[in-house]
Amino acid sequence: MARLTFKRGIHPPHGKHYTEDKPIENYLDPKGDLVYPMVQHIGAPCEPLVKRGDRVLVGQKIAEAQAFVSAPIHSSVSGTVKAITESLIPNGQKVKAIVVENDHEYEEDPSLNKAYNYKDMTREEIINVIKEAGIVGMGGAGFPTHIKLSPPEDKEIDHIILNGAECEPYLTSDYRVMLEESERIIEGLKIILTLFPKARGVIGIEDNKPEAIKILKQHAAGQDRIDVVSLKTKYPQGAEKQLIYAVTKREVPFKGKLPADVGCIVHNVDTVVAVQRAIRRGRPLMRRIVTVTGGAIKEPKNFKVRIGTSYQELIDAAGGFTEEPVKLISGGPMMGMALYNVDLPVVKGTSAILALTKKEANDGGELNCIRCGKCIEVCPLNLIPSELNALALNKDWEGFEKLNGLECLQCGCCSFACPSKRHLVQSLRTAKSTILQNRRKKK
Amino acid sequence: MSQLFKVTSSPHVKSKDSTSRIMLDVVLALIPAGLFSIYFFGFDALVIILLSVISCVGAEYVWQKLTNQPVTVKDFSALITGILLAYNLPSNVPFWIPIIGGVFAIILVKQFFGGLGQNFMNPALAARAVLLTSWAGHMSNFAIDGVSSATPLTAISLGEGALPPLSDVFVGTIGGSLGETSALFLLLGAAYLMYRGVISWRIPITYVGTVFALTYLFGGNGLYEIFAGGLILGAFFMATDYSTSPMTSKGHILFGIGCGLLTVVIRKFAGLPEGVSYAIILMNLAVPLIDRYTRPRTFGEVA
Repeated sequence: MARLTFKRGIHPPHGKHYTEDKPIENYLDPKGDLVYPMVQHIGAPCEPLVKRGDRVLVGQKIAEAQAFVSAPIHSSVSGTVKAITESLIPNGQKVKAIVVENDHEYEEDPSLNKAYNYKDMTREEIINVIKEAGIVGMGGAGFPTHIKLSPPEDKEIDHIILNGAECEPYLTSDYRVMLEESERIIEGLKIILTLFPKARGVIGIEDNKPEAIKILKQHAAGQDRIDVVSLKTKYPQGAEKQLIYAVTKREVPFKGKLPADVGCIVHNVDTVVAVQRAIRRGRPLMRRIVTVTGGAIKEPKNFKVRIGTSYQELIDAAGGFTEEPVKLISGGPMMGMALYNVDLPVVKGTSAILALTKKEANDGGELNCIRCGKCIEVCPLNLIPSELNALALNKDWEGFEKLNGLECLQCGCCSFACPSKRHLVQSLRTAKSTILQNRRKKK
Repeated sequence: MSQLFKVTSSPHVKSKDSTSRIMLDVVLALIPAGLFSIYFFGFDALVIILLSVISCVGAEYVWQKLTNQPVTVKDFSALITGILLAYNLPSNVPFWIPIIGGVFAIILVKQFFGGLGQNFMNPALAARAVLLTSWAGHMSNFAIDGVSSATPLTAISLGEGALPPLSDVFVGTIGGSLGETSALFLLLGAAYLMYRGVISWRIPITYVGTVFALTYLFGGNGLYEIFAGGLILGAFFMATDYSTSPMTSKGHILFGIGCGLLTVVIRKFAGLPEGVSYAIILMNLAVPLIDRYTRPRTFGEVA
């Protein structure tokens, strides 16, 4: 079968061998306090619905925002609200957070476990259950799922694409979910397909995961609206626009257009598992799969954990460090955030905790650009990173915008490929945020 | 508070490629042709190569020390300039020619413009052009074993003298600049560079192809024109210089065709037998323009 893909991109070392054969291990009785930052998704931060001293139950909604783009947060344990304080989140921000002391009884909220039959539900009812379950994209960006599922009415959606590419090196949480929860993925996709009667469901998986392709194909057999396709293993195959191009050969037009503008909606495979659990079992989003890995981790593993569990506890559960890691990263090595300490909790978008040894994280100083053109060769958006880098360093924001610098995905291919180890994506990211800030100031 | 870790921007892993490794590959690729020239032209060739390399690397070192810049001779780029400059000289030039050339190439052409990657002209070629206009006699006195000999291109241009057989021209047992004559050994190096992904086929093949096709159109012997003179060295090792060539694939093709066109025009109509150096230098000047007009369409851009 033809392997679908996009143009350009890179082939970083996989690093998946550490954990791809490790079945998901439950780590569901966390010892420490659970911390729920009020920012776990893109959109307005939540506000606590509980106060210090309150007793909360498993699945109880503890925070919510009135804003349109938002998703509520639920307690993943039963216990007492110990404090409303501040917590670090992976991007380095400190935000308001609810701290719950676990009573280890896991007493469930009575509203839980209401199973629905989605075939008898209206579109609004289904979307409302998803919204109330606090489901956001599990791939990392954390866009609230119910909003993705409510595109403007004039957009005709003909493709629901499930992202099983998992192109980030080292990460295996989506892979293990595809192997171990394949039936749920198919049912979750069927639920979403009922919302879009004209759409076809396509599950896209990189061809370095043949087992996942095989098992999902087995479960999709007989479903005439669902296809499983094999994608070429290449980074960033899982980037939304690149995935859409691979599957449909459509380009999402830039300058603020969305996948829905080309008839597509993309969800991470684990997100639809959360959808299935919310609809069929009445469970809000309280857990996720986290890969704890890297050369500096003693026993790399895939864990099923309660949201709010501390990073430190998971690193300890994976045997701790074999050597002092040079870098500790939340997420994958290409787009993950470097952390300065481990004192933060798993949030809805935490896909991995990665501890890199000095050998793995080869960081060099910047040298002159030699104009080799490698950054251009690999940029999936066809940008000219070297030129954008020069414009950004000169603070020529106008020139930067003119060369479409604002479209940069920040995938990091250019920085990866640069033989002079120039900090390309870093300067592009800074330029982008500066320009957007300036715009906001003007308004 | 637990221990602190290093925080940097993503990506946290990088490719193994490095500037110095790329430059080292170019040096390796140039070695076969150099060994052949020492074998064919004798000890003089070795002396010229060493003088040229030492003056280039030395000039870079001294300049960077004097101007309080980090010394970058370890990136091998000055070494390459030294080798290329030597390869562009006849084997019997006086010893001061490579020294002046090397200092000029590194300081005036490279460092004055900001060092590696910033120069807009190939330093070795610019130096050759200056040496050629300043000391034309020394620069066009080609000799084998101390006996003056015309190069095949001079013979074609003057329309006199017997031409050596094509096989000699290909292997390089003819008069000429010391690293230019052996197409065979240069192509061996070029194949290595392509295998290593340091250069692509686009510039050299469009360059050589254009020369071949146009010479043929003008009624000349295309194959002969390719292997005689400096075309192979120029097309594979100098036109492909990253700093002074375009960055995109489309730009590479335009650049190669332009170099080919100018080479044929100079060889055919100008007073010089050889046009490769000037063709590449002239095209170097057009690179900013080519880069500007060959920017690829951004993914998702609507016309």
